[in-house]
Amino acid sequence: MIKKKHKAVDHRGNPIKDIQKDTLGQTITKFFQRNEASGGYLLKKRMGSWIYSILRIVLVIGLAFLILQPLLNKISLSFMAEKDLYDITVITVPRNFSVENYKIASTILNLDVTMWNTIWVSFLISVAQLLSCTLVAYGFARFKFPFQKFWFFCVIIVIVVPPQIFVSSLYLQFRFFDIFGIFSAIFGSPLNLNNSMIPYIMLCLGGMGLKQGLYIFILRQIFKGLPKELEEAAYIDGCGTFKTFARIMLPNATNALILCFLLAFVFTWTDGFYARIFLGSVDILPKYMNSITDYLTEYVSMGQAFKTKASPALNEAISATSMLIGIAPVAIVYFVLQRGFVKSMSQSGIKM
Amino acid sequence: MENSTKTNASITMPEKQPKKKEKPVKAPREKLGKSDKMSLKTKKAIYGYIFISPMIIGFLLFFVRPLIESVSMSFSNVVLQTGKGGFILEPIGLQNYKTALQIDPEFFRFFTEEITQMLIDIPAVMIFSFFVALLLNQKFIGRGIARTIFFLPIILSAGVFLEMDVSNTLLQEISTSLEEMETGGSSVTKTLENLFLTGGPADQYVQIVFDMLNRIYDIAITSGIQIVIFLVGLQSISESLHEAAKIEGCSSWEAFWKITLPMVSPMILVNAIYTIVAFFIRSDNAVMTKITDTMMGELNYGLSSAMAWIYFGAVALILAIVAGVIGKWVYNND
Repeated sequence: MIKKKHKAVDHRGNPIKDIQKDTLGQTITKFFQRNEASGGYLLKKRMGSWIYSILRIVLVIGLAFLILQPLLNKISLSFMAEKDLYDITVITVPRNFSVENYKIASTILNLDVTMWNTIWVSFLISVAQLLSCTLVAYGFARFKFPFQKFWFFCVIIVIVVPPQIFVSSLYLQFRFFDIFGIFSAIFGSPLNLNNSMIPYIMLCLGGMGLKQGLYIFILRQIFKGLPKELEEAAYIDGCGTFKTFARIMLPNATNALILCFLLAFVFTWTDGFYARIFLGSVDILPKYMNSITDYLTEYVSMGQAFKTKASPALNEAISATSMLIGIAPVAIVYFVLQRGFVKSMSQSGIKM
Repeated sequence: MENSTKTNASITMPEKQPKKKEKPVKAPREKLGKSDKMSLKTKKAIYGYIFISPMIIGFLLFFVRPLIESVSMSFSNVVLQTGKGGFILEPIGLQNYKTALQIDPEFFRFFTEEITQMLIDIPAVMIFSFFVALLLNQKFIGRGIARTIFFLPIILSAGVFLEMDVSNTLLQEISTSLEEMETGGSSVTKTLENLFLTGGPADQYVQIVFDMLNRIYDIAITSGIQIVIFLVGLQSISESLHEAAKIEGCSSWEAFWKITLPMVSPMILVNAIYTIVAFFIRSDNAVMTKITDTMMGELNYGLSSAMAWIYFGAVALILAIVAGVIGKWVYNND
């Protein structure tokens, strides 16, 4: 009995059948009656909004396709056997479906090593970045101190001035690393730190890593938005400054922290600039991505007497495949978390 | 137990207090009062400096110092001492700048190309991202999916992946030229281009528009963050403004120009600056590649810093002009 009732009743509680009777004939006639009463305005308006929404849908789909098309193209390319690459009649759907490209790409990229390396390197670096950024952002958001505006202006300068213009001297600084001549006194010569990850970690802890100014900016905005009463209550209850920060403020800013961590992770994962300069010694994906063609040539000419270059089509298929492999983890993370990503992106209110 | 001790304490306290009432109470109060007023402020200031100290240290060590050094490097010849370690700067005046601008075969060409490209791209990116943000701000079926897709370039256009696309451009050019030979160049844009390009004086401006159209993919893929920023701006406009305008008989066209655009104008400034900076540092930038190659490949640190400073000078000039022009026009809410 109850089930039947549920079926027959819509969400407003009206019996569905009665409404359907109404919609079939009467609503149309009613609509035209109302239309006549309005002097044709209603129909015009209704048609206008219909045409507009259709145009909008077409536009959105077109633009979305524009963005997705290269990706889809790469996906279809990556599943083609080498035969299909030369076949003019094969355009999007591969005729001879194969995963050979993935096998070649994963051996070239040395995937079982590089993947883990990239994951832990990105993780380590984004944790280091976040560590310094939260401290600095909290300092800017909650304390008043002399020259505060000046230092925050410095943060903005760090955002605007790209590291490329002074990277050569930064590189040399780490090549001959020395603090007041301490290291040359101990080891006899300045340290060469460029073959390790230390310089990059130091940069990140100093808040000068990849896009760290941006994270400071976002987190400062978030900390400013949290109610001050929380801190005051903690202070009155005898909580010290650092304890308040760790126990009260951080748990309240979890969402923003996750957003910044994700951004940091993704940007580090895809970054080629810092990786080329500071992470040359670690086997990570960007390093292989940068010169995938050379590695492919090496792979093709393996076991042969002289060097042979891979055919252009195979070259393209392999680079497309390895790009997909490189994107995949980040894309999965993005698609899983995109709701929160978009939401907290707009909550943080990136404003100047 | 706890209760009893507490009551004990509360009972004993008043007994003790009257004994030392006259002398010590006054002195601590004065001390407390004075030092508290001072100390809370200074304490907070000290804590503030403790919290931002990583950034200060990093800023001085890894930003200011290399920045100053790179200025001095650009005016000198850098000689590496392989034996002892360290390097020597031999001052040579403006020689590096002259080399970069007049002698180096590639740099000046790349430089002018990138700057003109930037000037074309900035308005294109701004218009595209604003348009898409307007679209994504409306309510329609599948908006969530559409947003996901439009924000995807934030990830895809970053770093290495863009570079990989670029490294394959040679192949792409070959394939497109082959396609053109096959189809006889009968695409819609080609036909339109032939129609509009009549050889008149306005041709170069029309050509710019066609260049933009041909680069629509590049523009779409670089405008991920800009779309987000514009969306934030659009969503912060209060609904009541539009409602009031509608009641007063404002059409949505008028509402766009009179309400939406002025209210979003601060975001236009932010976006313009962001776009210029992003264009400047993107990894497939020919000038930047040239600079890194000069540094890492030829080990010519002086020349590479000179190049970087020339490029940065030009970009800073553009930034200043854009910020000045848009900043005057921006509607200030406060």
